[in-house]
Amino acid sequence: MNPAETLRPRLSAFEAAWVIARRDFLAVLLSRAFLFFLLGPLFPVFVGGLAGAIGGEVQRESVSVEVGLAMSPQENAAMRAAGQRLIPQLGGALPALRDVPEAAGDPDFDARAFMEARRGNYAAILTGTLARPELVGTEGQVRRWQGPVGLIAGHAQSAEPTAFPEVAQAIVTTSAAAERSSRIQTAQVAQMLLFLLTMLLAGMVLSNLVEEKANKIIEILAAAIPMDAVFTGKLFAMLGVSFVGIAVWGLAGFAMWSVGSDAITATSGFDPARLPAPAVGWPLFIALGITYFAMAYLLLGALFLTIGAMANTVREVQTLSMPVTMMQLMVFFLAAYTIKQPGSGLEMAAIVFPLSSPFAMLARAAMEPQLWTHALALAWQALAVLALVKGGSLLFRKRVMKSGGAGRVCRGWFARRNSGTAEPAE
Amino acid sequence: MAVSEQNLPGNRGTGFTTIPDDARPLAIEAKGLVKSFDGTRAVDGVDISVPEGAIYGVLGPNGAGKTTTLRMLLGIIDPDEGVRRVFGHDRPHDIGRLIGYLPEERGLYPAMKAIDAIAFMGALRGLPLKEGRRRAVELLERHGLGHAADRQIRQLSKGMAQTVQLLGTLVHRPKLVVLDEPFSGLDAINQGKLEMMIRALADEGVTVIFSTHVIHHAERLCEGVAIIAGGKVPYAGSVESARDRIPAQVRLETRAREGAWLSALPPETRRNGDFFQFPLPETGVEPLLRRLIEGEAGILSLSIERAGLHDAFVAIAGEAAARQLEADQAEERA
Repeated sequence: MNPAETLRPRLSAFEAAWVIARRDFLAVLLSRAFLFFLLGPLFPVFVGGLAGAIGGEVQRESVSVEVGLAMSPQENAAMRAAGQRLIPQLGGALPALRDVPEAAGDPDFDARAFMEARRGNYAAILTGTLARPELVGTEGQVRRWQGPVGLIAGHAQSAEPTAFPEVAQAIVTTSAAAERSSRIQTAQVAQMLLFLLTMLLAGMVLSNLVEEKANKIIEILAAAIPMDAVFTGKLFAMLGVSFVGIAVWGLAGFAMWSVGSDAITATSGFDPARLPAPAVGWPLFIALGITYFAMAYLLLGALFLTIGAMANTVREVQTLSMPVTMMQLMVFFLAAYTIKQPGSGLEMAAIVFPLSSPFAMLARAAMEPQLWTHALALAWQALAVLALVKGGSLLFRKRVMKSGGAGRVCRGWFARRNSGTAEPAE
Repeated sequence: MAVSEQNLPGNRGTGFTTIPDDARPLAIEAKGLVKSFDGTRAVDGVDISVPEGAIYGVLGPNGAGKTTTLRMLLGIIDPDEGVRRVFGHDRPHDIGRLIGYLPEERGLYPAMKAIDAIAFMGALRGLPLKEGRRRAVELLERHGLGHAADRQIRQLSKGMAQTVQLLGTLVHRPKLVVLDEPFSGLDAINQGKLEMMIRALADEGVTVIFSTHVIHHAERLCEGVAIIAGGKVPYAGSVESARDRIPAQVRLETRAREGAWLSALPPETRRNGDFFQFPLPETGVEPLLRRLIEGEAGILSLSIERAGLHDAFVAIAGEAAARQLEADQAEERA
């Protein structure tokens, strides 16, 4: 007896998609190119950090905040002492004060000639007396340091040091204004992260069917299983690959943070640990973030897969990637623009439009505590994914596989794009 | 004098006939299939019936519509008009596990190992991956490719890769195997092996339908053929019936070149060097022989030959299609 007879006559849509997803996922994961894919986003971070560190060092060396003192030795000392007294109050707003060795004991020292001869490394040089100080330097530097130097000189003239009263601190954890403002910050950061990840990862889907078309494997797939199962399988495979990528990058980021959180905070000015808690709480927010990433990926991916499937070569895919990136940006801008307009018609539009919905809803999770809206939005987005996959596979069958009558939409354009690609008669 | 299509007996319309006296259920049944691409009719009203367990050939020159017909039968594309049924199902995907398909343009993932490629093709048809790998090893060893099981497709020769794909087509043990130009690109030895494989499948009760532009393969293997030219099927039925449509050919050699006896030859007679060739008259050769002898034609030799599938193809599809078929074969040989 033929064993095939004992099997069910066909694979379910889920089983068929699983066969494709498993093959694609493993093929990508086990390829050498995947290593470069993983390392790709880490290079800019590494290079950026290195460049930042070097740049900072260079800037520290090249941009002097030192003001040279070229007054009498007593007045120089008085200036330095006054500067030291003011540092606890004004800190970085004050220049570092250094005696100009060349001026010591030289009554004819000409600060202007010294600066114009490009000697020393001073932002400006202070001459004259405490009562009539003169600051010599370029216009920008003189304007910058004129006030602080005058303040120090004023203090240096005083017989008694100024007593600064201690200001008592009474800190409140939040206020309505602060909470709203803070959560907007969380929403913006989350939205930006979601956008960066989808932009980085969803583009991969564009070229996903090119291999099958180039190698003629598409015929075997199309003969064996429905095309929407092929699309679904490919989409979920790439989503899985993306999660692997995010996990690796997340671990790398965590490791970098563990080692140099202080340095990162100091150089970037951004401390994620101090990011305000979102309205739904961190655990749920992270869970929603992952879910909305999956939805954003599937929605954009289904669209990209369809667009990419119409391309015949890698070159065509590359040509398509620019408008696709522009489209992603527009979707992101729409969602980002509505963050500060909760409840507005525009925010509703961003939530209802499937492609921007995950971005808008993630921002909402940061700012509003209601959960039912997320259940509704996720159901809507899932429906949109299904519709896009179905529509994409239908279009692929009609335009690329040349099956059935062509739909009115895109007929002319895709017909021109694909003319001569499929063998019509044989 | 040339044999013209008009002189042929039998129908030359849609030609929808099954293999005669066949009570077997149909594996494939297609009626009135029509498919157009950009306003051009690639397939124009094709009727085909293939009984279960048969080896069936779709015979025609390149561009005749063979691949399009097979793609419609398999559900890769839908017809604009007409119906197709595979094992009684309108949607071939519903019985995907019973079908194996080898497309004309071979395609495999280059980075996949041979064993995985076969197992993957089985998995597409519902065969569990583990079982697919087990059978892949078995099949590869049986066909002398056991050593290549763990080699990537890109590392295999073209012939080996073609064999791997064929094994992938068969790994799930389908009941219907559809092969599109399976002999194309194979050397004579591998063509012979493939013929044996097809016969073995038929012996196991598997229905095999293949397209070809090489008449000899169809003649040697098939019990039924569909002759396709210009998107139409002027004949579909048994190979025997196709040959029977052409009367046996009489081949005559005479000593005399001219004479009154020439009027005794049928009007369809054509001269081929020293020979005269014409269809066997319905009255037989005896009256003709008498007139030739009386006319002192000087008969040197006379033979009666049964028509081959090639003659049938020429007669059914026309000389233009036959010439194209021969050109296709010559091109492939080159």
